[in-house]
Amino acid sequence: MYSQGLIGADSTTEETPEFLARFQARIDAEEKIEPNDAMPEGYRRTLVRQIGQHAHSEIVGMLPEGNWITRAPSLKRKAALLAKVQDEGGHGLYLYAAAETLGVSREEMTEELHAGKAKYSSIFNYPTLSWADIGTIGWLVDGAAIMNQIPLCRCSFGPYARAMIRVCKEESFHQRQGYEIVMTLARGTPAQREMAQDALNRWWWPSLMMFGPHDADSEHSDQSMAWKIKRFSNDELRQKFIDATVPQAEFLGLSVPDEDLKWNEEKNGYDHGEIDWSEFWRVVKGGGQMNVDRIRDRKAAWDNGAWVREAARAHAAKRATRKQAAE
Amino acid sequence: MTEATPLWEVFIRPRNGLAHKHCGSLHAADEVLALNAARDVYTRRGEGVSIWVVPSAAITASDPDQAAENFEPTADKIYRHPTFYEIPEDVGHM
Ligand SMILES: [Fe+2]
Ligand SMILES: [Fe+2]
Repeated sequence: MYSQGLIGADSTTEETPEFLARFQARIDAEEKIEPNDAMPEGYRRTLVRQIGQHAHSEIVGMLPEGNWITRAPSLKRKAALLAKVQDEGGHGLYLYAAAETLGVSREEMTEELHAGKAKYSSIFNYPTLSWADIGTIGWLVDGAAIMNQIPLCRCSFGPYARAMIRVCKEESFHQRQGYEIVMTLARGTPAQREMAQDALNRWWWPSLMMFGPHDADSEHSDQSMAWKIKRFSNDELRQKFIDATVPQAEFLGLSVPDEDLKWNEEKNGYDHGEIDWSEFWRVVKGGGQMNVDRIRDRKAAWDNGAWVREAARAHAAKRATRKQAAE
Repeated sequence: MTEATPLWEVFIRPRNGLAHKHCGSLHAADEVLALNAARDVYTRRGEGVSIWVVPSAAITASDPDQAAENFEPTADKIYRHPTFYEIPEDVGHM
């Protein structure tokens, strides 16, 4: 609600040691930072990058699932998937709006995405090959997103935290509908069971990668923790996810594709095999199977929708003129 | 750069008897489209019975740098609160 005044405005602050100390004291006292508050440029930049990436992920994430709306196996599944994909569009909108309070426009962020300058979650660069993938995405991908997003509800930046509270409320349906799809397949014919196992085999490791690199290799982590943008490290969240998810797979009678996965009584959690980080970086840098398609499809959606935006603006201008003439 | 569509603030009344409360923002060319989009985005699960949309540009906000002079003085005006006044218990609830 502040962005109109902020877009393009001079938001530079003089970052004296006193100013930085005062800012950190506010953060340490768990005070929320609101858009018009003075903040270090690095804090603003980190948030613009992170919230922007998050927004792009919601929007790009509509593509792999949208792929299956017309092929959902029943009306019930179709209605649920449609509602889920619509939710993701809403999530993107809440997040773009939160980023805009920091002085960047949605159009600028969109242009950065299309130019390949802004990132989105690499998970969406994997293809959705079967209906089982839709169930598995809801269960694992939305499940991992929830793990990441719950601590973000307490993020120090007010608009981001508020957007996350709304998002988290809606996400739990996403995960449950996904798990129910996988459960139906797992209890179905041998062929359906095999579909469910195949999807788990393909999505397990990319889901673990959603939490980002190991803590030791994570570029922005320490500062983000100090600023309370982040509350848990990548590895901590990944561990939580594994501990929560493995029993869910067992319940379905599906096996997690990790030979080194083993319960560790001492740490009260699972030990797991090493993640293939070369694959992670390859996909992040654009080498995933679907990177090119996703940006092509987003650009097409933007370009093909241009006439609608233009017509709406022209219509609004016409109505405004007419109204003025009548006054 | 693409031309930006105006920004709107959305307020929702959860149910009759409660005030409209700010719930977020969106972009729309005019108030009709803003209302449509607000319904689609912010009331998908029975969140409200009434929506207001207000052009963000129409909002005047207080300056956070002046928060201290604006709001801190109220803290020491304790005589504005009922507990400041001593009434004997015999008088009963007041
Ligand atoms: Fe989402
Ligand atoms: Fe979701």
